[in-house]
Amino acid sequence: MSTPLLPLLDVRDLKVHFNVGRTGFMPWSPPRLLRAVDGVSFTVNAGETLGIVGESGCGKSSLARALIGLNPIASGDALFAGQSLRGLSKQQWHEMRANMQMIFQDPLSSLDPRMTIGNIIAEPLQAQRPDMSRAEIKAQVEQVMERVGLLSNVINRYPHEFSGGQCQRVGIARALVVKPKLIICDEPVSALDVSIQAQVINLLMDLQRSDGLALVFIAHDLAVVKHIADKVVVMYLGRTMETAPTNALFDTPRHPYTRALLSAVPVPDPDIERNKVVQILDGDIPSPINPPSGCVFRTRCPQADAACGEAVPTLNVIAAMHQVACLKMSA
Amino acid sequence: MNLLAVSKLNVRFQTPEGEVAAVSDLSFTLASGASIGIVGESGSGKTQTAYALMGLLAKNGRASGEVIYDSVNLLTLSEAELNRRRGAEIAMIYQDPMTSLNPYLTVGDQLTEVLQFHKAMDKRAAFAESVRMLDAVRIADATKRMSLYPHEFSGGMRQRVVIAMALLCRPKLLIADEPTTALDVTVQAQILALLQDLRREFSTSIILITHDLGVVAGVCDSVLVMYAGRVMEYGDAQNVFHDAAHPYTRGLLHAVPRLDRAHADAGAIAVGSRLNTIPGNPPNLLALPSGCPFVPRCIDRSSACLTTPKLEDFAQGRQRACHRLVNELTDLDAPHGTTK
Repeated sequence: MSTPLLPLLDVRDLKVHFNVGRTGFMPWSPPRLLRAVDGVSFTVNAGETLGIVGESGCGKSSLARALIGLNPIASGDALFAGQSLRGLSKQQWHEMRANMQMIFQDPLSSLDPRMTIGNIIAEPLQAQRPDMSRAEIKAQVEQVMERVGLLSNVINRYPHEFSGGQCQRVGIARALVVKPKLIICDEPVSALDVSIQAQVINLLMDLQRSDGLALVFIAHDLAVVKHIADKVVVMYLGRTMETAPTNALFDTPRHPYTRALLSAVPVPDPDIERNKVVQILDGDIPSPINPPSGCVFRTRCPQADAACGEAVPTLNVIAAMHQVACLKMSA
Repeated sequence: MNLLAVSKLNVRFQTPEGEVAAVSDLSFTLASGASIGIVGESGSGKTQTAYALMGLLAKNGRASGEVIYDSVNLLTLSEAELNRRRGAEIAMIYQDPMTSLNPYLTVGDQLTEVLQFHKAMDKRAAFAESVRMLDAVRIADATKRMSLYPHEFSGGMRQRVVIAMALLCRPKLLIADEPTTALDVTVQAQILALLQDLRREFSTSIILITHDLGVVAGVCDSVLVMYAGRVMEYGDAQNVFHDAAHPYTRGLLHAVPRLDRAHADAGAIAVGSRLNTIPGNPPNLLALPSGCPFVPRCIDRSSACLTTPKLEDFAQGRQRACHRLVNELTDLDAPHGTTK
């Protein structure tokens, strides 16, 4: 266990860049850079849930994959319990994954169709704990299956025999079996039906409470994030627009993008829906290969003016733990 | 005056595992210029309903019952007669805007084709009308974009193109199957606002099929809640959302986390309260329980539920299919309501 003063996960100005083709047709023309994540910072304490929200192309999945070592970190750093995740060797990553696990979006395609449920759940344990006997592994697999609500008689079945919600339970069991301190959940409920989504959210929250798990919960569904997260990071085109404790973010959103995003979420209540004013954002998210100068949101921002194209806004503290990256907020 | 009257619509599929009843005894009416939302989870039969109305069922599927549109039963029409109406009077918007456009043809070709076929317009007139419609769905630079291919558009733009294509012949009825599910929320808001504007402008009736209760609340006058191919509850949107009378509708409404509800008890390590869940899994249409299909997941079931409940009027303009009385159902809003 880390010292209480040290956050479990400390992400500092993290950048994830990809080379995508070249600027010209010649082999010597410089490569083009896709800035998927361009300087994001946050901390996650033990037992805490951080929500990361944003629309497609905002870099939230690239960020998640970088944290677990599936994408290279271009610059900046991410520290897990004080230890840098940059430049870890294969062996060091292997050890790190006893502490950090991931749950993926598509429950069926993230499970190997040729492995039984039991083997899928046992695999991380076999990799992490070669000292354990088969019987011990089986006992632990059965225990974790029970915890996520899978009956032990399905242990020899294959993923295609399960519904989406059950597959996601398998994905959660596989992440839990090594007893990690942090689980990164990349859109874990967005492929599920509404009634099943509620079951999986409750399961994640129960597990978190009983095990003191920390979660990085990535989602595009703001209502889900509001329900589960302690604090939230709002991303747009690879940058943080706003970050705040959940209540502050949803009650008093300050960034124009956060406000537009919140107003766009439909609420299942005809009276509210028909009378509310939705801030329609014009256009689409720009290409991360060629982002706008200055503030990346300015091309769709209702409040943007000439100044927004010149300087990149930095995150300013406007209230306790509430930071906003907007030139209009710095005054 | 009703534009569309569906009565006792049944959709059956012959599969190697046996006959599947995808839709059973579905009835509803839609007035001119009105909108209805069909809500349900996967396997509820909402998409097959749309396909049956459009005559687009897969080869092993059969639809029976009546779909009266303009005093003809659409289910008895020949393919040729259907083709005259599809696209011209009844149009459909599909979920995935990429796969419903032909990647080999420019957007312009695909739009003008519709008008040339249905309205026998010449190329030039069809082009001008297509540009006008792209303008109407707020695609900037419409003339220039006519020569682009679908992959050169973003997801939201593609869905606008699909909507423009559906509206080209000013259809009287628009069937939208999950039109915003593949889109981001800010783009979804754009598209929903657009649909509302177009509905007012062209007085098109809309059937909106979705799993998102919030989308229905904003767009639809009436709501049809489906489960395992059957209608569970049908009524005015206000009534269904504020005073749901079926255990499934109630469970569904309480299972979604809502942005307008306060986040419980922030600051502590364990925040948030539990969501109400509907226990169990979505129905397997091949192995439905006898009686009410929702029985295995229903918190209010009784022995009477082993026979199939009829969809019956229980209040002015409202119908539901449930053996229990409304005041016998668990009140999920009560402070100590059942949370299984």
